[in-house]
Amino acid sequence: MQSKTRTKLIWIAFFVVITAPIIAAAFSPLLAWRDSIYIIAGFAGIFAMALLLTQPLLIGGYLPSISARKNRQFHKWFGALLVTMVFIHVLFLWFTSPPDVIDVLLFRSPTPFSLWGVIAMWAVFLMGLMVAFRKRLRMPLRLWQRTHLALAIVTVIGSVVHAYLIEGTMEMLTKIIISLSVLAATAKVIADRVQQKG
Amino acid sequence: MPKISLTRRSLLAASGAVAASGLSGFTVPARAAGLEPTKSMRGGANNYLSGAPIVDRIGGGGFWMSGTVRRAGDGAPLAGQRIQIWAHTTEGYESDWESHGATLTDENGVYRLEMPQIVPAFGQAHGHLAYDSGDFETVFLRPVMKSSKDTSLEANFVLKPV
Repeated sequence: MQSKTRTKLIWIAFFVVITAPIIAAAFSPLLAWRDSIYIIAGFAGIFAMALLLTQPLLIGGYLPSISARKNRQFHKWFGALLVTMVFIHVLFLWFTSPPDVIDVLLFRSPTPFSLWGVIAMWAVFLMGLMVAFRKRLRMPLRLWQRTHLALAIVTVIGSVVHAYLIEGTMEMLTKIIISLSVLAATAKVIADRVQQKG
Repeated sequence: MPKISLTRRSLLAASGAVAASGLSGFTVPARAAGLEPTKSMRGGANNYLSGAPIVDRIGGGGFWMSGTVRRAGDGAPLAGQRIQIWAHTTEGYESDWESHGATLTDENGVYRLEMPQIVPAFGQAHGHLAYDSGDFETVFLRPVMKSSKDTSLEANFVLKPV
């Protein structure tokens, strides 16, 4: 009974943390002065943030009552979804203001947060490519895992700083809570990995 | 010897110019005697549309963009200079023609144009300004508001004759 309650609480907490930023952003006053393309761009970014929390929780096996097999399956699907969200985020921002996005991609933007974002974007795309060409790469498992984790850390740090520095549709408190959760979940995965080796 | 009059106004204007010229004023102290021209800011020219009309006000107004335009070297105020302004506001995108407008500096080299409230876009509440009339070197500025709740923004130009 107690463990059932615990399971429920973990799932509720998880859903609250990932949905609260999306709901809060839906009430942002900035939406009134943006068209649908720009709004979608922003929400794709917030949705990507929710996936950034889901990914370490899945692979670490921290979400209760999911089998190890399902965890890896979901991790792979959500990884593909994350790549898609980041792609939509950047593409729709490009539709909104091409010169601003070109500056960002060429590392000459005046806004520091975009630099963190673009680093995270390349890390996500690299992870996507690594997964897509995993068989052809023939990397030893340990090396593959280490590279994947290293890129995941770059993605997480880049994304959190990116989101924190931006004045956008995300509401500050929900932004901080999801960011800290992403950092904590990633740190836990790293700690578990280190422990496994030791 | 030229007479230098130090009034509160000239001190304020000079300190403003130093602030406007950014760090360049500190990195080349040997040439500090002559006022350095303002450098274009990164991203300043983004979504620029050439030839916006001189207007009394952009859209419905409510927000003030202002600043000074002076000559590099001696810092003399430049009258009748055209400054073009655009931003993402409550009334439109930077790339919308209606978001663009221009104004002229008065005899003191001061310009002031009312426009709709600037709102954060691409992560920062910021405006865009251009001097591009050709008598002086073209300068594009992209000042950022300290708070997105501000209802005014200042940007100063020190122009270098062509």
